[in-house]
Amino acid sequence: MSEKKEFWRWKEYRWHDESIDWKGADIISAGVDIGSVSSQAVIMADGKLYAFSNQRTGFDSPESANQSINWAMEGTGLTLKDIHYTVGTGYGRVNVPFADKALTEIACHARGGNFMYGPSVRTILDMGGQDCKAIRCDERGKVEAFLMNDKCAAGTGRGMEVFADLLSVPIEEVGELSLSVEEEPEPVSSTCVVFAKSEASALLREGWPKNKVLAAYCAAMAHRVVTLLERIEVKKDFAITGGIGKNSGVVKRLEQELGLESLKSNYDSQIAGALGGALFAQALEKKRRSV
Amino acid sequence: MRNAECGLTAMIANYGYKDGSGDYFIAIDTDKCNGCGDCVPACPNSVFVVGEDPNDPLRDEPVAMVGEQERKKLKYTCNPCKPDHDRPPLPCVQACKLGAISHSW
Repeated sequence: MSEKKEFWRWKEYRWHDESIDWKGADIISAGVDIGSVSSQAVIMADGKLYAFSNQRTGFDSPESANQSINWAMEGTGLTLKDIHYTVGTGYGRVNVPFADKALTEIACHARGGNFMYGPSVRTILDMGGQDCKAIRCDERGKVEAFLMNDKCAAGTGRGMEVFADLLSVPIEEVGELSLSVEEEPEPVSSTCVVFAKSEASALLREGWPKNKVLAAYCAAMAHRVVTLLERIEVKKDFAITGGIGKNSGVVKRLEQELGLESLKSNYDSQIAGALGGALFAQALEKKRRSV
Repeated sequence: MRNAECGLTAMIANYGYKDGSGDYFIAIDTDKCNGCGDCVPACPNSVFVVGEDPNDPLRDEPVAMVGEQERKKLKYTCNPCKPDHDRPPLPCVQACKLGAISHSW
């Protein structure tokens, strides 16, 4: 039997800014976002992004947290002792052994989104691995309204992974492929991952090509999150964080349905939560030193 | 507008979920809420808790929230207070003198 390819697997990587010398920094802060599917660690030197890592979460949250931060520090000469303040966030935030404080991902995504997309961003949609958060914030990244749906995996990254696997399409190519349809199909009627998957199997049996099935699923996902967003009132500017932010098939359809363009950022949309955590860590360390 | 004075804006915290059968959210206006805790004993199913605001790390005042373990089953937890006919006022909404609590369904 040929080796089974893991189509859902996305790229894990790390990065650091070689132009920054962390030894000269007054405050080194870190944010560690342990999500249900992915984990990120972000390290900042005096409020500047210095290093980050982005990987899958294992079954052991404390271990994932250690791996994330160690990978972000790799090759920089930094050790845990050099980091003044660490904020843990995400689904596994209470399981970050070296964190000074745990904050909700709602607060962190608003703050991180504000940094990544600039102060004009008012509505942030975080499409995570297993939940979906709609956040409205002010020009300083403070939360004005939020809503989180973590009861069901519809409209989340995990659902998209399941579809990538079902159709044997690498997850990074799902978006583009779904946009290659000549005519938009009807969205799949159910967004529940389990029901949508069986509906998709039926469509494939009817002879639908892969791109059409993906288009139907991306459209259903977009429609579902739009109904969530309406509850918190969408205001300009709008941005999408989390892994699905990289899926043009969902993003384009969401933009169409909302009649709003989403902001683009040079930063990886998956690090928003950890980045927000690092920003809070920076502020909290300052507060700690001032008393 | 207590928060407006110190330059902070109001926050509406929506707790709950949306599933195939509908939207089940309890919204708490954290600008109106002063953390008095009157909602806690008013709810027959102890849905509310009062504590440090996890979504606003820089807020000093406590705030009411829907307890973590209740957030995914509000449809059922709140059901006894929501009969189909002649629905009386909800005890939590009535107990909150500042009008900070509302239900989406």
